[in-house]
Amino acid sequence: MKWTRRDALKGLGGIPILGAVWWAGASNAVSKNKERSAILEQLNIQPSLPSAVKTIDGAAVKVGIIGFGIRGEQLCRALGFATKEWLEDMRLAAEEDPNHSRLKDFLNQDKLNVQLTAVCDIYDVRAKRVIDSFSDETTKVVRFRNYKEMIRSGKVDAVIIATPDHWHAPMAIDALNNGIHAYVEKPMTHTIEETYLLRDAARKSKAVLMVGHQHRQTLSFQTAQDIVEKGVLGHVSLVQTNTNRNDDNGAWNYYLEEEATPQTIDWDQFLGTAPKIPFNKNHFFRWRKWWAYGSGLSGDLLTHDYDRLNCVLEMGIPNSITASGGIYTHRDGRNVPDVLQVNMEFPNFSTGSSQKAGKEKGMTFVYSATLGNGFSRPTILMGHDGTMELGNRLTIWPDGRSTKYADMLEAERMNPGIPMYQYNPGASVPDAVSSATSQYFADKGLMWTYINGARVDSTFLHLREWLSNTRNGGKVSCGIDEGFDEAITAHMTGLSYKLGRRIDWDPELQQIVPIEGINFDEVLLGSLQQET
Amino acid sequence: MNQTKKRWQLKHSMVLLRLFIGWHFLYEGVIKLYNPDWTSFGYLATAQGPFESFFLFMAKEPFIGWADTLNWMALMFVGITLILGFYEKIGALVGVLLLALYYFSHPAFPWLQQLNVEGSYWFINKNLIELAACLVLYQYPTGQFFGIKYLLNKKEQPKTETV
Repeated sequence: MKWTRRDALKGLGGIPILGAVWWAGASNAVSKNKERSAILEQLNIQPSLPSAVKTIDGAAVKVGIIGFGIRGEQLCRALGFATKEWLEDMRLAAEEDPNHSRLKDFLNQDKLNVQLTAVCDIYDVRAKRVIDSFSDETTKVVRFRNYKEMIRSGKVDAVIIATPDHWHAPMAIDALNNGIHAYVEKPMTHTIEETYLLRDAARKSKAVLMVGHQHRQTLSFQTAQDIVEKGVLGHVSLVQTNTNRNDDNGAWNYYLEEEATPQTIDWDQFLGTAPKIPFNKNHFFRWRKWWAYGSGLSGDLLTHDYDRLNCVLEMGIPNSITASGGIYTHRDGRNVPDVLQVNMEFPNFSTGSSQKAGKEKGMTFVYSATLGNGFSRPTILMGHDGTMELGNRLTIWPDGRSTKYADMLEAERMNPGIPMYQYNPGASVPDAVSSATSQYFADKGLMWTYINGARVDSTFLHLREWLSNTRNGGKVSCGIDEGFDEAITAHMTGLSYKLGRRIDWDPELQQIVPIEGINFDEVLLGSLQQET
Repeated sequence: MNQTKKRWQLKHSMVLLRLFIGWHFLYEGVIKLYNPDWTSFGYLATAQGPFESFFLFMAKEPFIGWADTLNWMALMFVGITLILGFYEKIGALVGVLLLALYYFSHPAFPWLQQLNVEGSYWFINKNLIELAACLVLYQYPTGQFFGIKYLLNKKEQPKTETV
């Protein structure tokens, strides 16, 4: 049998095609990998791993919950205690929609070595809900009608404070003074004076104070810190943060329960230091809308964004704040603003510079909020060399006029329109120079905070860290210093909005620069001219 | 005569179709093989439609590792068999299977949001068309005209009997 050239062509012609395609694919992939590695090497970002938390050994930590409202219920779930009503609701929701995974996530949550032993709630219905759901054969949850009794009862090692703002500091201070660990919701305090008193109490006490900024547990923020420290963004001159909500729940118009009456609620205790007014359901359930008990956008939501960035940048209290806004979207008798714009100045802050020494210094932090539009504006850090979008995922774009990346931009190995780095705690690896596809998947918000493949609630992580520290010692990620920064910043914002003028901070004297004839705390608590 | 000419043309067009599809599969496979960080996680995790839960299941550990490896191996298997014209019928079937998986993970149903597509589709998309083309390749193998099959046939048959 003889093979002609024609035979070879017909029989083996596929081989050169195969070789060519293989070569093209391999060389393309390898060169792209090299570009990626070169960029990743230059950026040298270390994606953070979940920090190790020591286990809570020995007897269970006895925890008491003060305030079992919306947030109190969430905190108890994060501790591992869900009410029967919630479990049933979630079971039904999961039956209806198989993708509804809240019940599954709750059941998968690691069990903490805690015992919920006591509840303090001035509303009978809520107290009963706790007792009915969380008591078991061995432990009956005890109800206290006053936090002081609970703290001194010997029934609790630690308390979680999820009350209206004006009760945060008095309760936290009392707990700390009595050696009881305290987890206090944000904002940490309601007045400036309380902020200093709580700081003193925390410094003196051996008990552990944790402020409820659970996002400090978010892995991406720890990575973002590494990114900023390594100068990836260059000098950050502007940070933009936002709140966008457009629904009743987001505007604090919570459900008014039928059972709430002067007979079922200890109204005097609710009011505490607030002006004495007759029983008012609206004020009881929707207390966030009045300065007497809450602090509106500046205390409730700005504090989240401020602390998120303080966790990444550690910029501390701003030198000055100017704020403006009004009641524009919910003219329903509230006296806190529903639209608020805040500029915080940090003239001496720097994240480092890639340009000649002395050219760059100072940063403005902008917080922009409305309760009348839900368009999602991202949190953005704007540096001379790059821009970072901060969320559960991180995305970084090089700036077209960057000094640091000038060579790579010139060589077209970087492009201002294409992210140079993406971090996604849900994916297995960081992604440099992402394709349009992965950009899309990242944008879709697919990525939950994953730890070893499981979706994890950051409030659970925050509580776990606090409880572990009560046994094992160590520094909590949101203690009194972080809480002090957050509270002072929120109060300066409230003052600026109410007074319509700039409020300055004196870092030397550690105080808000006084304004003659004005008592800041009176201003903070008063309703002033903004009331409609 | 006309009939023969038509068949001759069809034969060549079919070879071309086979090579193009093989080329496409092989390139996709090689790109994935040589990129150590490539994963189908994002693709699977955004799956939609009636089989969503199956694909989400695949996106989890430990299956995701298997899904990734099997994917590039299957892509390359289809590519190599179609280009070389050898076991091409099996290659075409594996191609059909892969494309069916791709189609059903992101089906072009009008009530689903079309993710990351460059055209406009109503039930039929390019994955489905390529799937149909693979079915044709299965039914009309051409390795005996262009491919290793041609050499094997030649070995088995005395020259005088070849057409």
